[in-house]
Amino acid sequence: QDLSLPNGTPVDTSSPASSSSLLNRLQLDDDLDGETRDLFVTVDDPKKHVCTMETYITYRVTTKTTRAEFDLPEYSIRRRYQDFDWLRNKLEESQPTHLIPPLPEKFVVKGVVDRFSEEFVETRRKALDKFLKRITDHPVLSFNEHFNVFLTAKDLSAYKKQGMALLSKMGESVKYVTGGYKLRSRPLEFAAIGEYLDTFSLKLGTIDRIAQRIIKEQLEYLVELREYGPVYSTWGGLEVELSEPLEGVSACIGNCCTALEELSEDMTEDFLPVLREYILYSESMKNVLKKRDQVQAEYEAKLEAVALKKEDRPKVPTDVEKCQDRVECFNADLKADMERWQNNKRQDFRHLLMGMADKNIQYYEKCLTAWESIIPLLQDKPEAK
Amino acid sequence: MEDCLAKKMEITVSEAEKRTGRNAMNMQETYTAYLIETRAVESQSEGQCAPVDSLWRRYSEFELLRNYLSVTYPHIVVPPLPEKRADFVWHKLSADNMDPDFVERRRIGLENFLLRVASHPVLCQDKIFYSFLTQEGGWKDMVNETGFQLKADSRLKALNATFRVKNPDKRFTELKHYSDELQSVISHLLRVRARVADRLYGVYKVHGNYGRVFSEWSAIEKEMGDGLQSAGHHMDVYAASIDDILEEEEHYADQLKEYLFYAEALRAVCRKHELMQYDLEMAAQDLTSKKQQCEELATGTVRTFSLKGMTSKLFGQETPEQREAKIKVLEEQIQEGEEQLKSKNLEGRDFVKSAWADIERFKEQKNHDLKEALISYAVMQISMCKKGIQVWTNAKECFSKM
Repeated sequence: QDLSLPNGTPVDTSSPASSSSLLNRLQLDDDLDGETRDLFVTVDDPKKHVCTMETYITYRVTTKTTRAEFDLPEYSIRRRYQDFDWLRNKLEESQPTHLIPPLPEKFVVKGVVDRFSEEFVETRRKALDKFLKRITDHPVLSFNEHFNVFLTAKDLSAYKKQGMALLSKMGESVKYVTGGYKLRSRPLEFAAIGEYLDTFSLKLGTIDRIAQRIIKEQLEYLVELREYGPVYSTWGGLEVELSEPLEGVSACIGNCCTALEELSEDMTEDFLPVLREYILYSESMKNVLKKRDQVQAEYEAKLEAVALKKEDRPKVPTDVEKCQDRVECFNADLKADMERWQNNKRQDFRHLLMGMADKNIQYYEKCLTAWESIIPLLQDKPEAK
Repeated sequence: MEDCLAKKMEITVSEAEKRTGRNAMNMQETYTAYLIETRAVESQSEGQCAPVDSLWRRYSEFELLRNYLSVTYPHIVVPPLPEKRADFVWHKLSADNMDPDFVERRRIGLENFLLRVASHPVLCQDKIFYSFLTQEGGWKDMVNETGFQLKADSRLKALNATFRVKNPDKRFTELKHYSDELQSVISHLLRVRARVADRLYGVYKVHGNYGRVFSEWSAIEKEMGDGLQSAGHHMDVYAASIDDILEEEEHYADQLKEYLFYAEALRAVCRKHELMQYDLEMAAQDLTSKKQQCEELATGTVRTFSLKGMTSKLFGQETPEQREAKIKVLEEQIQEGEEQLKSKNLEGRDFVKSAWADIERFKEQKNHDLKEALISYAVMQISMCKKGIQVWTNAKECFSKM
């Protein structure tokens, strides 16, 4: 396949890997439904593009599939953040009854964060990869037409321009009017979801603050350690018999510094972004709940209007019937998505928190190795030599 | 070699007690008194324990003892006392002398001081030291009666000597530099270590917040709840563990402090040498000038310009009888001077010899002690790492059950 930038210019990259090694590289999530997976998507290989007007990063999106909806079994195209953002908006528009996964934040404060640093790009890449994988996992969203185009089109900008004029192959484009109807009361189960999301995002916010505070304290501890280690070395320079032991302690502290730096970096790059992602997720989910309320409110208002106008009409008018359908569909979609979301959330947090514990264990193990290795040096038994 | 006191007698500073009393100006004061217990070490064949003797002493009496020892044995690197005021504290430690943790660490430091003196081959034989341990009443008078304060060199004199001595023993000059640098580096180390401890404390304590939020979060979860809750408990354990860790580390800091103060004692020996050397050089210089004066008077030649010589030229020379008298006085002084110089030289050489012997002993002790201190520090770090691994492994297991 030719690889090209969204605007059509060919890009010089390595040829796409063969299917088998591609499979090995793709991270396979747990298959919740027990179905055989037939769609695999990966985001990798970030590259910087310097053009006259701007500088930006593109990511390679690789797809492997056996689905009939795709013309080819494999695709490899490049996309930039804008494109992901476009996709998300399209999904929200076209699938308003479903929970759309979040994207990493769009705007970053220039000067504070280096948009082109390795760490930032890698963090973003991971988030974009997660975003596409979540859509891939979804039984409805993964069949969305815009998603298909996103994964396959060589020139996405041309497709984008076509916009709303394009007829959907999948079914009717559902548009909901937000008519300003007020819902009297949210049904119990959705009220419970709303309350849950409120508390959930609150707690995540607290955890985010705690994690940031820990990183800050660790970095301040690191600053002091960096001054501490060399003093032992200076002292070693004054001594004769104690010279080696003191140098040893100095080097040991240096190793601990390196280990601590790695721990803080890992937490910043791997832990915090996922927390923030889930906070964003909760926010967008609350919006979907509100939309659902709107749809129900519209139905209830229309139903009430009919009841007031006509007496003893046995048949309910079609537009009210359609409203009822919408409400029921919305509720069903939302309930199914919530269940899926809860399961995924549990897995994600299990993985995230175990990862945090792991990183701390590794940090202490590195320090332990360093200190254990200098004990013989400090004891310096002549027999051991 | 005769056994030092430490082998014949068990010495402990076993208790500390707050006291109130009236000071020299009849004002009320609060101070801490320390209980010194001593017991003769019986030979194994007897198998019965000797009775314990005890008496109370306060810090100022320890200071008096040390001053006495420093003045009486200027060629010995006298063991230092624990710090008078809490220094190098980090925020959790109190700088208050009455703080129970400070008092406790001081008690240990005072015991260590007594054991150091009792193990020293020269110092342990001192009678005043023995009385300090065994005679409660009248000890202070006894010390003052030795008149040691009169023997003490003034600081000004010592400073003067430092700048003006021409030919100190090179080894002492090097040692002086070493002790200055040692003081500087250990102070720096203690300061930074205190800051490190402070920061580490912060890191551990913030983790305690996880305990609370995990508990709150677990309340709204179904399957995840138990795992979160129990992991939170481990975070609390982690946060609490730092208190013991840092308390142990204070012991390491105290070991370093002892050698910080030992460096000062080392410096004092070097100062004494400079003083004696300077004294010697001044005496020699004085003798030389007297001899010269004598020669000039005898031969009538003025080699060096002197105001006296000029005035005598201007106002007439002295009579032969006057000159004879002067020569006689000078010759007596010269004889005295030569004897003094001889004894000063001897003194100086003896001092250098015995001081250097103690310095060698001290060096070995220092190398041994500091190595042990570094090993115990490494062991503490290892223990801390193992605890960390344990806690996070437990937490990880809880997370895995989510």
